[in-house]
Amino acid sequence: MSLAVRVIPCLDVDAGRVVKGVNFQNLRDAGDPVEMAKVYDAEGADELTFLDITASSGNRETTYDVVRRTAEQVFIPLTVGGGVRTTDDVDRLLRAGADKVGVNTAAIARPELIGEIAERFGSQVLVLSVDARRCPEGTVTDSGFEVTTHGGRRGTGIDAVEWAERAAGLGAGEILLNSMDADGTKDGYDTAMIAQVRKRVSIPVIASGGAGRLDHFPPAVAAGADAVLAASVFHFGDLRIGEVKATLRAAGHPVR
Amino acid sequence: MTAPSVVVFDYGFGNIRSAERALTRAGAEVEITRDFDTALNADGLLVPGVGAFAACMAGLRAARGDWVIGRRLAGGRPVLGICVGMQILFARGIEHGVESEGLDEWPGTVGPLTADVVPHMGWNTVTTPAGSSLFAGLSAEDRFYFVHSYAVADWELEAHNEALSAPLVTWATHGAPFVAAVENGPLSATQFHPEKSGDAGAQLLKNWIETL
Repeated sequence: MSLAVRVIPCLDVDAGRVVKGVNFQNLRDAGDPVEMAKVYDAEGADELTFLDITASSGNRETTYDVVRRTAEQVFIPLTVGGGVRTTDDVDRLLRAGADKVGVNTAAIARPELIGEIAERFGSQVLVLSVDARRCPEGTVTDSGFEVTTHGGRRGTGIDAVEWAERAAGLGAGEILLNSMDADGTKDGYDTAMIAQVRKRVSIPVIASGGAGRLDHFPPAVAAGADAVLAASVFHFGDLRIGEVKATLRAAGHPVR
Repeated sequence: MTAPSVVVFDYGFGNIRSAERALTRAGAEVEITRDFDTALNADGLLVPGVGAFAACMAGLRAARGDWVIGRRLAGGRPVLGICVGMQILFARGIEHGVESEGLDEWPGTVGPLTADVVPHMGWNTVTTPAGSSLFAGLSAEDRFYFVHSYAVADWELEAHNEALSAPLVTWATHGAPFVAAVENGPLSATQFHPEKSGDAGAQLLKNWIETL
């Protein structure tokens, strides 16, 4: 027996509400992140990720409240990302009940943030989100992948694989590797990118972006992902967590 | 019958809210505090812990947690350590080559995990010895949630006195085998997080609470 491959549903949360929902049976309110979290937990999710896309920082309290209520009712690990800029932001999310915190843009702007968080709370709380894409015309990196910001709309010219490696060295506990090319396509994970990052870091790698069919999951794991994350396929009920796990198990990967 | 009282020791380390909620769900009357007398007199004491061994030990000492634990164990009162709250029960921890003193309730060294991917993060199975009460009702297929980069690879305590029952040691493997849980009279500990381990974790906490 060995460590199970984690299957992680991700919910986009805006001002305390789930963005774009589907009505699961027996679900009172598909727009309530807490209700959705309970459904995913019951379906066998190994962890939950909330991506807070609330534009106004004045609505942060709503996010903390959602985290608090989720942690009261769901007894699996909860990661919360989106808009985390300082160690105090991390502190507030952890106090509300998050187990891990996702950091993205703020760490690109100021990489020391990674070390500051790791030192104060331990590496295990820090999931570094890397929104990466294949380099477009005119951009060159060693790996052929670059880090993007603004939901993939803006390139940074930073080598995505080098960034992941550097972040691991600075104290990140985990890499959430999101392919902006694959994101939303339902054409499958970017396994080449996963494999490159896997070769360069020894912290866990979560594959994200592109999941559309059950047979998309085993290749991501074969490429080196320790966990697979998906949002819309679970959210719209196209795939169920149990089916993904059965598919992984059939492919020879241990699951819970 | 009133619910057993459990104090979650609040010394600044660990997701204590999760521990509180999971214990409450498992049937305990829970209080989060570092008050010496309250922690001493509760039916059970849960010692959480995340982050660095040395920092946790320093925090624990500053809150007189070392005293609370020692006094409770001297009186046979149950203590449950979780994650780094388990690690600090051993003699010493070595992080980044620096050795720190632990509470020395058990001999042994907490050292870096040797595996391809570290931290060991996620759900793993455990191998439990016969007679375990902590894992009663749980099977070899049940998985628990681990998050750690350090562990105890060698269990060094031998039972020399036949009048005392030997500690029950549960193992898990990530790269190499390591101590995943210990049951030793009033002192129990888990390297994994039962409070984050879904139904399996809830069962384990319920088992512990039933011994209080």
